[in-house]
Amino acid sequence: MSTALPGGAGHAPLRESASNGLKIVIVGGFGVGKTTMVQSVSEIRPLSTEETMTQAGIGIDDASFVRHKTTTTVAFDFGRISLDEQMVLYLFGAPGQERFWFLWDRLFSGTLGAVVLVDTNRLSDSWYALDRLEHHGTPFIVARNNFTEPQHTLEEVREALDLPPEVPMIECDARKRDSSKAVLVALARYLYSLSTNGSAGETTA
Amino acid sequence: MIRGPLDKEGPDRLYTVTGGRSRADESRFDMVTLIVSESDPTPGMQSEHVKILRMCRRPLSVVEISSYLELPVSVVKILLCDLLDTGRITARHPHAARPGGRLPGPETLKKVLVALQNL
Repeated sequence: MSTALPGGAGHAPLRESASNGLKIVIVGGFGVGKTTMVQSVSEIRPLSTEETMTQAGIGIDDASFVRHKTTTTVAFDFGRISLDEQMVLYLFGAPGQERFWFLWDRLFSGTLGAVVLVDTNRLSDSWYALDRLEHHGTPFIVARNNFTEPQHTLEEVREALDLPPEVPMIECDARKRDSSKAVLVALARYLYSLSTNGSAGETTA
Repeated sequence: MIRGPLDKEGPDRLYTVTGGRSRADESRFDMVTLIVSESDPTPGMQSEHVKILRMCRRPLSVVEISSYLELPVSVVKILLCDLLDTGRITARHPHAARPGGRLPGPETLKKVLVALQNL
């Protein structure tokens, strides 16, 4: 709507010097708190948009999935954080559902990394996303959103998700800015460590 | 997931907006490429082009333009190709990602880490 156009209420324009857009993706099942996390750290009111893919699209993992459809549409939310004079970090909240992954290469190639947001009561919602991130070689951490009192330890969650020991896990409350910020810091620290230990050079997005 | 009005958008409008062109050129833009207007709109210009030129007086990402125009990212990229080809916009492409989709170097990632810590 026109009320959301730049210059309207709630819109913070970027610096004139902004020149380098970066991407981080927050992946998780429905209702797990992706939008809440984007909202709590974004400098703009979260926006949403869509991408479509026709059957003739490129980069489909398995064309048989879309045989019955001419167009796949995926909606996603996003926010942004100006990091310095040049760098602007865009945070995307993305659904973990199957059709979303057809668009991964188009939308999220070159992404720095991902946060997999999990809800302990619905861990199975995360399996597919974890599998696809590994497939795409995207570095990720796992954040457990504690909207309610957790019933399991993080180690139990790690075991249930069959996560490799090097993948960082963190607890968070996506409603709280400091907590969501700590998740992003944990991911950035992990990415930095990957870049300095030599193995990250093999990572492909 | 918030479902916007795009869900109700018929393909006809999208076809009209792009003049029926397909995705050939869209790889010229990343979703977070920042767009800056280099000129003001002129009379007779397509309304979407006018809107883009107005909203990009300060840098704005492709994905934000898509959200404000309520058009899919790929359609916006096609519109941006027109404006780029006629010199009405410039595009600041992301330079963090290295060839082959590898992670950026440690210098960049260190900057990201420190900036996030200082938020």
